[in-house]
Amino acid sequence: MTIYPDRLSPNQDDVYNALMAAHEGLSEDASHALNARLVLLMANQIGDPAILIELMQTAQSYADG
Amino acid sequence: MAYDYAPYPYVAPPGLNGTEPRHPVVIVGAGPIGLAMAIDLAQRGIKSVVLDDNNVVSVGSRAICWAKRTLEIFDRLGVGERMLDKGVTWKVGRQFHGERQVYSFDLLPEDGHKYPAFINLQQYYVEEYLIDRAQDFPDMIDLRFKNKVTDHAGKDDHVVLTVETPDGPYTLEADWLIACDGAGSPTRERMGLDFTGQTFQEQFLIADIEMEDSPFGDQDVPERWFWFDPPFHPGKSALLHMQPDNIYRIDLQLDVGADAKTEATEEKVLPRIKAIVGNKPFKLDWMSIYKFRCIKLDQFVHGRVIFVGDSAHVVSPFGARGGNGGIQDVDNLGWKLAAVLNGQAHTALIDTYHDERSHGSAENILNSARATNFMTPKTPVEALFRAEALRLAHNQPFAQKLLNSGRLSVPCSLEGFDLQTPGTAAQIAPGRAAVDAPLSGPRGDTWLIAEVQGAFTLVGFGDVMLPEVRGVNRIGINQRADYPCFTATHNHAMRRYGAEMAYLFRPDGHVCAVFKSPTIADVEAAMSRAMGQIPEDSQ
Repeated sequence: MTIYPDRLSPNQDDVYNALMAAHEGLSEDASHALNARLVLLMANQIGDPAILIELMQTAQSYADG
Repeated sequence: MAYDYAPYPYVAPPGLNGTEPRHPVVIVGAGPIGLAMAIDLAQRGIKSVVLDDNNVVSVGSRAICWAKRTLEIFDRLGVGERMLDKGVTWKVGRQFHGERQVYSFDLLPEDGHKYPAFINLQQYYVEEYLIDRAQDFPDMIDLRFKNKVTDHAGKDDHVVLTVETPDGPYTLEADWLIACDGAGSPTRERMGLDFTGQTFQEQFLIADIEMEDSPFGDQDVPERWFWFDPPFHPGKSALLHMQPDNIYRIDLQLDVGADAKTEATEEKVLPRIKAIVGNKPFKLDWMSIYKFRCIKLDQFVHGRVIFVGDSAHVVSPFGARGGNGGIQDVDNLGWKLAAVLNGQAHTALIDTYHDERSHGSAENILNSARATNFMTPKTPVEALFRAEALRLAHNQPFAQKLLNSGRLSVPCSLEGFDLQTPGTAAQIAPGRAAVDAPLSGPRGDTWLIAEVQGAFTLVGFGDVMLPEVRGVNRIGINQRADYPCFTATHNHAMRRYGAEMAYLFRPDGHVCAVFKSPTIADVEAAMSRAMGQIPEDSQ
């Protein structure tokens, strides 16, 4: 398991709030596009394909049905 | 059993029959904040008149969660133990998503503290105990019920008040007017001070129910339970607390457009409660529908008028930062106002009350606004992020920490403000409130908070000698000296403060300076700085 349990606390509320603020006033389409850009930027920042694929699989595993 | 509201007697004030001499302090409002203020001042030898338009304690339980720091302040005011004995002690909060628990937190995972993380105690008991305590000072506190302030005028060095009583009006003069008259503060309104900020559209129902069985299910332990999207109240949030006398507090989020009048009827409320407690018998004790705001005044001190508690700042209730924030205001202001009135400090010391507590209330507003935003997503994207955070929270620790049902009140740190002397690195940085620890001394077992609060106190931990400085109490911990010395029970105090260190505590129990080997000059400089005489070279 390479996924960190928690790297955000104790600043988790700052981060979450900044994310919500980034979306403030955007249409759903624009929010969607912002999320896509964010994912790509974060992917570049993480860099390691193995970790990125594990993150994708983890995210997928929570999907409905 | 429901609380018995015994009215307090109205006594015709002397001002009706002749001019009263100017009072040093008049406090408007005999809620928890105004009463605590009067007691704090009385203990410091300052007389006050407390005016309240009513003659009973809080109707409804209202503020119920009292934090550790508040209890430590109440301890200094002589009412902490009584509150603790009556209150329901708790420290664990659980957050549920649907039926499943997704995260629990323990607010005080360590031993060696006199007071717990929280007690729940109805505001009417808190006020009753504070009134009883105020009555221990008949020569210092003049508590006047059914005395409604209808006007006031600020002068250069005093305030003139017009007060209405059942026997007619009279006027009063005060060197200082302390407005503890709540969120709707008539004092603030009269002065036309801007009090606008974030108002949340969501409405909440709060209800107190009395029941023999515990709604906490089989685990009959007092905790704070919060649900996101519970099965009994789909799509909304719910909060459950236990209070003394078998009374439970239920908080339910309602629709934005819900009609408050219809919602506040037994017809609507009883089925909502039955959905939570099932068939267990209960009685509805009190209910209220509310919306909330996060606002503070730009300036807490206006000439000789000082705003304290909800009159200066209001927050949403999630995080228990309203009443607890107000008590920290009292703690901060009491010793400063006494020092000014006793001629020991310049009036400018009062301005540091604004600096320090405006910072505290901004912190409370930030935290409570964020919690409220998380609980009540405003847009589809906010709702989406929250839904996915909840989903991940079932087994991702980072996501569990993102869930925000209220970041509960912690002592405000005054680090970096002018009164604190920067410098020596320490485990408890200058500005932070005292961290409690058990001690054993010449008069038996005691607690650190009982020894360091109330007056400037220099405490030596381990092998550090304390110089004698006028106006400063000295105590030693794990040392021998010609001043009172204590042993750190289970070594908690040494672990929490570090050995071979001396800490100077302000009268409100906040650390204002730390020394490795304090000299008389060091301590005197830190002390005069804490009294508002800031050295010029540091500005």
